[in-house]
Amino acid sequence: MPKKITIEPVTRVEGHGKVTIHMDDSNQVVQSRLHIVEFRGFERFIQGRPYWEAPVLVQRLCGICPVSHHLAAAKAMDEIVGAGTGDGLTPTGEKMRRLMHYGQIFQSHALHFFHLASPDMLFGIEADPNIRNIIGVALEHQDLAVQGVMMRKFGQEVIQATAGKKIHGTGAIPGGMNKSLTPEERDSFLLGKDPLNVDKMIEWSLGALDFFKSYHSQNRELVDNFANFPSSHLSLVRKDGAMDLYHGVLRAVDAEGKKILHDVDYQKYYEYIGEEVRSWSYMKFPFLKEYGKEKGWYRVGPLARMNTADFIPTPLAQKEHEIFRAYTNGKPNGMSMHMHWARLIEILHSAEMMKELLYDPDITGDQLVTKGNKQYEGVGLIEAPRGTLFHHYRINEDDQIDMANLIVSTTNNNTPMNLAVESVAKDYMNGHAVISEGMMNAVEVAIRAYDPCLSCATHALGKMPLEIKILDKSGNILDKKRSS
Amino acid sequence: MNNKVNFTIDDKECTSTSDKYIVEAARENGVYIPTLCNYDGVKPAGSCRVCTVKVNKRYLTACTTPIAEGMEIEVNTTDLQDFRNAVVELLFTEGNHFCPACEKSGNCELQALAYKFQIMAPRFPFQFNERYIDASNPKIYHDHNRCILCKRCIRVVKDDKGKSVFAFENRARQIRINFDSKLGEVLTDELAEKAMEVCPVGSILVKGKGFKDPIGTRKFDHTPIDKIVIPEKQNI
Repeated sequence: MPKKITIEPVTRVEGHGKVTIHMDDSNQVVQSRLHIVEFRGFERFIQGRPYWEAPVLVQRLCGICPVSHHLAAAKAMDEIVGAGTGDGLTPTGEKMRRLMHYGQIFQSHALHFFHLASPDMLFGIEADPNIRNIIGVALEHQDLAVQGVMMRKFGQEVIQATAGKKIHGTGAIPGGMNKSLTPEERDSFLLGKDPLNVDKMIEWSLGALDFFKSYHSQNRELVDNFANFPSSHLSLVRKDGAMDLYHGVLRAVDAEGKKILHDVDYQKYYEYIGEEVRSWSYMKFPFLKEYGKEKGWYRVGPLARMNTADFIPTPLAQKEHEIFRAYTNGKPNGMSMHMHWARLIEILHSAEMMKELLYDPDITGDQLVTKGNKQYEGVGLIEAPRGTLFHHYRINEDDQIDMANLIVSTTNNNTPMNLAVESVAKDYMNGHAVISEGMMNAVEVAIRAYDPCLSCATHALGKMPLEIKILDKSGNILDKKRSS
Repeated sequence: MNNKVNFTIDDKECTSTSDKYIVEAARENGVYIPTLCNYDGVKPAGSCRVCTVKVNKRYLTACTTPIAEGMEIEVNTTDLQDFRNAVVELLFTEGNHFCPACEKSGNCELQALAYKFQIMAPRFPFQFNERYIDASNPKIYHDHNRCILCKRCIRVVKDDKGKSVFAFENRARQIRINFDSKLGEVLTDELAEKAMEVCPVGSILVKGKGFKDPIGTRKFDHTPIDKIVIPEKQNI
């Protein structure tokens, strides 16, 4: 009998979503969808607000990576106050923002790997959900759990020192920053009591990479084949092709590694990227205009960044990048579970970058803000933990925002996440009359690999998790499972 | 002539001089009476009622009532504290105050009072009144969502001829503070700064100033409002 499986809510992701999987009479998956079921409307209610309020207001989209929204909006506002972006800021202004951003990437990736993803690796996808969670990790793998907590803490302390608060700070202002580091703050990160110093963070980042590599070598088939599909990849890269998570030009490569977006200035992103609305989700579907709605989709995030960047400009992360690229013979890597690997390389890169910035004398400088001729439109892009984040604003003569468009990292991964769900649903559920909790968790594992922030993506209210429904041919619900 | 006066606050013997208002006399004696519309050096208006106390069993505003011999003043009784909380809660529900994105956050007296009174949520329903934003002035951003009609700006911000830049318009529920468009056009930077400084909330902002004060350096980040008015060592 045909059926529809619903997974609602999806757990251990940020935001609220559900999955529906339609199966036919012979228990074959015929359609699967990741639905994002909430709506928030930030782009609308920010209209009328003064432009300088945007970096502080829009970061309320998210409690996990508010810094990304804070900085993307601030970068757009740099354009509006005539400071330009990237090298338009004072050295102290730009380096403080970078330090804030790398602190953010570090803590967000640590949160995802240790708190959200590690239970699936440590206990197995089909393990008892009562132990397959962060409490289970804390009980059975205490060292790893402590590292996860302390790495997050370090990143959050860096954010506090740069933004003023761990969550929803005010550090970045149009044209620069409102503070620099004091020598005491700088020294606390460089020479802090173990484990809260940057050298320990680098050591633990390398340890986390070793953990993943060991898991990979023991579960090669699963890690390599789980939700593995070819795709294009998009991210910012530095002008010389290096990975740069704060600023750069837009690059996209296809599944073969050929450049399909050639390091373009992101101020005109809308000439290259379109957004499609589909009736069953509040999350839009972005695509490269040149390749159309069907073929123009792409992936963003750690995996994409490994594939687009020519190299990583810090030594330890570069070594890992070389190993990563060699694994697919230099071709783009399309394995969804390798997102975890890529994320850990970025954790290492962020820790190295923080160390470099902390040793830079500009970080305690006092030239904080640049201004120039006022503009009426600004675009700010940043590589957020989950991928490329777009903020676009227009203001009126009275300094009020009259247009805002946000393409959030997770939104860029909408099509890939749907494909990952479909791939895993087919692999795990085809031919099975009875759907187990473990099979449904496999679907969640696929989504989780992308570390989606569903709240950000729809700019939405509500609880986080996701549900799975099984429907028959006529759309009647036959089974429904909700994770808690 | 300023005569010495004797009075009590919550049964404590106090002294001051007859040229003071109750709120000032209390401060001299180390007693903090919360205020919002009151502004040092400016004739009091008594418009917010946050400073309400009981004098010889009658409710009066401490900022407008001169101190007098023999007054028996109640300040920190349960009913008066609840009354003041209610006034602050009403202000929050009548306007549209969104502290998380307000640049006055940390420097806002309404927010500081809410922290002082430990108000977690107002007991009254939010009104969601539709207020408008006047951003037409090149120097001032005037957000009526946050205005508490305290009249500080009307009383303090004046041109060199002594004419108020701000004034009330309309009446009753439609009442609002607006500024004289002609005077507004020639508003100096100093007057614009003054207007922002006297506004106890984030209703009057100097354009482009934004979040220049880092968190941790703002007025109320480390010091509660009562300890700013009366530093710890003087408090009884």
